Amino acid sequence: MSKITFAIGGVHPDDAKLARGCAIEVLPLPQTMYVSMAQHLGAPAKPLVAVGDKVKTGQVIAEPGGFISAFVHSPASGTVKSIGPRKDLAGNNATHIEIAVEGDEWVEGVDLSDTLVTEIPEDRQFILDRIKACGVVGLGGATFPTHVKLNPAPGSVAECLILNGAECEPYLTSDFRIMLERTKEIVVGAAIMQKVLGGCRTVIGIEENKPEAIEAMQKAVAELPYKVEILPLKKKYPQGGEKQLIQAVMHREVGSGGLPISVGAVVQNVATSLAVYEAVQKNKPLITNTLTITGNCLPVEKMHNYLFRIGMPLSYIAEYAGGVPEGAAKLISGGPMMGRAIANLDAATVKGSSSILYLSEESTKRGQESLCIRCGRCSEACPMGLEPFLLNRLYKVGDVEALEANAAQDCIECGCCLYSCPAYIPLLDRVRQAKGMAMAAIRARAPKK
Amino acid sequence: MIVSPNPHIHANVSTKKLMLDVIIALCPAAIVSFLFYGLSEIAIMAISVASCVVLEWAITKYLMKKPSTTGDLSAIVTGMLLAMNLPPTCPLWVVFIGAVVAIAVAKMSFGGVGQNIWNPALVGRVFLLVSFPTYMTDWTVPAGFISNVDAFSGATLLGQVSILGALEADKLVNLQTLFYNIGGSAGEISALALLAGWVYLLVRKVIRPWITLSIFATVALVAGIFHMVDPAAYTGPLFNLLTGGVILGACFMATDYVTSPMSNWGGVVYGIGIGFIVMMICYFGSYPEGMSFAILLMNTAVPLINIKFHQRKYGRK
Repeated sequence: MSKITFAIGGVHPDDAKLARGCAIEVLPLPQTMYVSMAQHLGAPAKPLVAVGDKVKTGQVIAEPGGFISAFVHSPASGTVKSIGPRKDLAGNNATHIEIAVEGDEWVEGVDLSDTLVTEIPEDRQFILDRIKACGVVGLGGATFPTHVKLNPAPGSVAECLILNGAECEPYLTSDFRIMLERTKEIVVGAAIMQKVLGGCRTVIGIEENKPEAIEAMQKAVAELPYKVEILPLKKKYPQGGEKQLIQAVMHREVGSGGLPISVGAVVQNVATSLAVYEAVQKNKPLITNTLTITGNCLPVEKMHNYLFRIGMPLSYIAEYAGGVPEGAAKLISGGPMMGRAIANLDAATVKGSSSILYLSEESTKRGQESLCIRCGRCSEACPMGLEPFLLNRLYKVGDVEALEANAAQDCIECGCCLYSCPAYIPLLDRVRQAKGMAMAAIRARAPKK
Repeated sequence: MIVSPNPHIHANVSTKKLMLDVIIALCPAAIVSFLFYGLSEIAIMAISVASCVVLEWAITKYLMKKPSTTGDLSAIVTGMLLAMNLPPTCPLWVVFIGAVVAIAVAKMSFGGVGQNIWNPALVGRVFLLVSFPTYMTDWTVPAGFISNVDAFSGATLLGQVSILGALEADKLVNLQTLFYNIGGSAGEISALALLAGWVYLLVRKVIRPWITLSIFATVALVAGIFHMVDPAAYTGPLFNLLTGGVILGACFMATDYVTSPMSNWGGVVYGIGIGFIVMMICYFGSYPEGMSFAILLMNTAVPLINIKFHQRKYGRK
């Protein structure tokens, strides 16, 4: 039993890794795909193609729209049918490039073989350029452009690269499957990032409920010539939270409003590591990712882990997997703790898509809100050590100063508070609002640049 | 299709489930009191619980004009605790007045569950203690289902201190006292039954152990020091832990969510306060059972404790 975990708060939901036994299957191409320009953190990408253009698989179709932004590539070969607004899964409009799929003819220069390339390029800038050109973003949820994160501001030193293989969200198994099936590629990816960061300590943290992944990764690390450690972690949510993982592995805490690099940490997801491997070693842009079809109203034999092309509509994948099951009251993209409810199943998958999760009404319905009994469970569960019961009260009276003093802005929106509340008070809904108010106050005070 | 923000699942814990666990945890001690004190104790419990539930229902329906909150079972807990804090000879009309004070005054006038400052059952008990001292300190043992126990009639163990002196009273506490101890409030016959209920609450993660442990430690420490200095004047740690409602108070009354501090360290400070006050009342006060006053006084200090003691925040000094 590993005792390594974060020190403050946390909850223990049933991990429900029901789809853990489903090997990754490759989805066939649909007739039409929609590639969003807003599928990474930061400025939306700017389309580089026009309606009627012929595109190849892996061809750049949009360029970064700012410093924090990313390239976007065509997920198939075909014709650009339209460029315009289309609704994402929450129902908000974003610019999408619609591609009528005609085949899967790749651009030149991409290594499509399965051969493992273990020799890492010497030139640091070459590696960073490749990662940027291939549109790699963080696949752990935040979709922060990876080349920016791997290139810390001058003066800051990376002391530890932490690879997040915790997959602490219940139900999700895509990271688990790639750790089993793409083990060596992930380790090479880690070694590449380690090199970019100047050869710092590199740790892959994996929760203990995935012993097969720990074993496979340990074996791969032993066989490959890099200095990468595998660290089994105690199962606890939200272990995969960036700040929590840093606390678990390095016993350091990132200050309020600070970046991980301020304590010498860089955190990347294992799926990002795989994308980095493919970008640098294979020159293969980020046009695929792995996604889990699972839930508690779906028989296990209908669960899948799919390798999907980024831009496939969620509805296409759901239909291919056998349709939305009867009894599914809520559809979620992501995990049940931090994922987003799907309001529009016709939305296209994005780089960060990790699941279609079907939850029954019984398991997902919110209870009737009642009075706070001051049990302190929300506060005990909060991995940031906040007091959601207090923030809830301060939010209701609109005391922004007190909200800031009680660190509402530090909330990571993990959902532990509402998950634990016996009075079903919508704590996170309100703390999220409170956080917005506190952040606005902080921004208003900041010196204008 | 439901669309709402995260989290999409819940720990499936509710106020009702937590209160049900407290009720279950109180059962061993309640059953022991039924066995020893018989039908009169069953009647006290029945009247106390029924009065609390009906009063809360009536107040929410007719005065507050809000949906009834009796479904959360907290009124049952208050009723049980009140009954267990009364002597087994308490007249039923006195029990009813205690319930009125507990529910109407101490709980509902503050807005109901979660809003009150003082533990409702204790407010009820203390009101009765100052209003009806004769009934509240009549420790005659009524006929129970287990009748072969010939214990101290008319005085509790604590009462023996003034009769026999500290040295002799200390000797009355032995292994048997841990199993049963006749005299005192109905609920505190068996320390073991109370502790079993407390352990159940810990195992079910309903409460944290820090408040109770800090009360026990403080009582033991304060009694230990005084006893060491003058054993003829002051009873020892074991005597004080096993008498005067300390276990019932520390396990079930001081740990009340609503009236105890939110943070673990706050709970420790609160427990130290209770332990210290109860020992001061015991050694120097005129009320033999000071636990109710100690808890109510520290309930009053909870808002201040909450201001001073917070959870440790991530990334902040």
